[in-house]
Amino acid sequence: MKIKADTSVCIGAGMCALTAPEVFDQSEEDGTVVLLQESPPETLEDASRRAVTLCPSGALSLE
Amino acid sequence: MSHLSLSITRQRPLDPPDEVSGLRQRGAMHRMTFADGHLGWLVTGYTAARAVLAHPHFSNRPDLMHPLLPNRMQLAERGKFPVPRGFFLRMDPPDHTRYRRLLTGQFTVRRMKTLEPRIAEIADACLDEMEAAGGPLDLVESFALPIPSLVICELLGVPYEDRAQFQADSEILINLETEAEEALAAVGRISAYLYGLIRRKREEPADDLLSGLVEGGELDDEELTGVGFLLLVAGHETTANMLGLGTYALLTNPDQFAAMRDDPSVVDNGVEELLRYLSIIHLGPVRTALEDVEIEGALIKAGETVAVHLPVANRDPERFPGGERLDVARPAGGHLSFGHGIHQCLGQQLARAEMRIAYPALLRRLPGLRLAVSPEEVPMRSDMSIYGVHRLPVTW
Ligand code: HEM
Ligand code: SF4
Repeated sequence: MKIKADTSVCIGAGMCALTAPEVFDQSEEDGTVVLLQESPPETLEDASRRAVTLCPSGALSLE
Repeated sequence: MSHLSLSITRQRPLDPPDEVSGLRQRGAMHRMTFADGHLGWLVTGYTAARAVLAHPHFSNRPDLMHPLLPNRMQLAERGKFPVPRGFFLRMDPPDHTRYRRLLTGQFTVRRMKTLEPRIAEIADACLDEMEAAGGPLDLVESFALPIPSLVICELLGVPYEDRAQFQADSEILINLETEAEEALAAVGRISAYLYGLIRRKREEPADDLLSGLVEGGELDDEELTGVGFLLLVAGHETTANMLGLGTYALLTNPDQFAAMRDDPSVVDNGVEELLRYLSIIHLGPVRTALEDVEIEGALIKAGETVAVHLPVANRDPERFPGGERLDVARPAGGHLSFGHGIHQCLGQQLARAEMRIAYPALLRRLPGLRLAVSPEEVPMRSDMSIYGVHRLPVTW
């Protein structure tokens, strides 16, 4: 699984960082998503997928 | 053919009006007449609600919107209920984006974590005072309102001692009966107060969010007033009503009360479930189509206004089976109580931190908490745009 994050549409709602903190963080400056790992291990795939569905702005996608 | 108009009368205090829930059998999208006669739409399905709120062709500008309720009609008729500069909730991109981007860094999950010890301290202080005073007392006044109010005041750098006036004015603004003149006067008073405060911060900056924005130099004093206005009002009434109404819901569902009190692992999800089940933003969000859009087979024409019914969408049985019941153990993530799309609540991580601390603190300190009146005697906020309880008399 590979995650893509588009910071230009991210609104910094933080659903990703709340749902899968090992995979997503938020920038200190403008709160937009920071991808901590592009290809999370299997143990984090479920949480990552949940985060992608919860993201309100469509900033996250899976490849 | 006559069309539906919005019913706001609830048969049971914690359930949305039966007329609106009943629409579900006829689909997710319904033609509905707005208060000025405009034929628009009401959305009751979960997937459709998400689709509308995430779609770039829907605007949140008030000058395009038709009024949902008759009492707001005067405001719309004037067409001039001004969006204060900086009040980015009612703006579209790119204006919305510009303001929101300046703020999101202050409301991240990580930043909110650093506030937790102070929130816990405030909750404990409220409980100390309650214990010293003894029951019965009003939980709204002693617990549900002071916690979020003090937290947002400290975060923004608004003196808590000044709260009487701006709390009274925000009540005026969210009261559905308020006339246009009265609303404009309240907006004027809050704005004047915040404008003065911001001028003082320009001279003597402190370590708070508004000072930080002043020093950031991207916004002028008028814009800062609008931003401060939005944060102060949105930060107060929302969490306060979640704590008040949530406690009422737990007290009237004793098994859920016990689960939240006795099992710390239930709390985080229990908070999401209370958000879902109670859906305190109960009349809206409302959007207007800028271009023709198709949502679940319904063609919404440019210029038509769409109201999303969060309480009913949050109980869509396809998304939340058995959603009519409060069940703090159900997976409640993905609810729409903070909205969806680009306007999804900026303060949600703050609200979560407050609730995740306040509910267990209350239930554990006062395990025998109970209503001091019968449930029917608790005055519900059916007359306000943010639902909740006006007062919650409790004892222990
Ligand atoms: C449980 C408490 C809360 C609930 C249920 C709630 C609900 C909502 C909802 C539904 C929206 C979206 C409105 C729309 O799409 O038209 C929203 C937006 C917003 N909320 Fe909250 N809110 C809560 C707490 C807070 C707090 C504590 C703050 C404090 C800073 C806050 C600040 C905001 C702001 C600034 C917006 C506008 C965001 C934008 O337009 O980009 N909210 N809230
Ligand atoms: S959930 Fe989406 S919008 Fe929110 S911070 Fe993460 S990527 Fe950005």
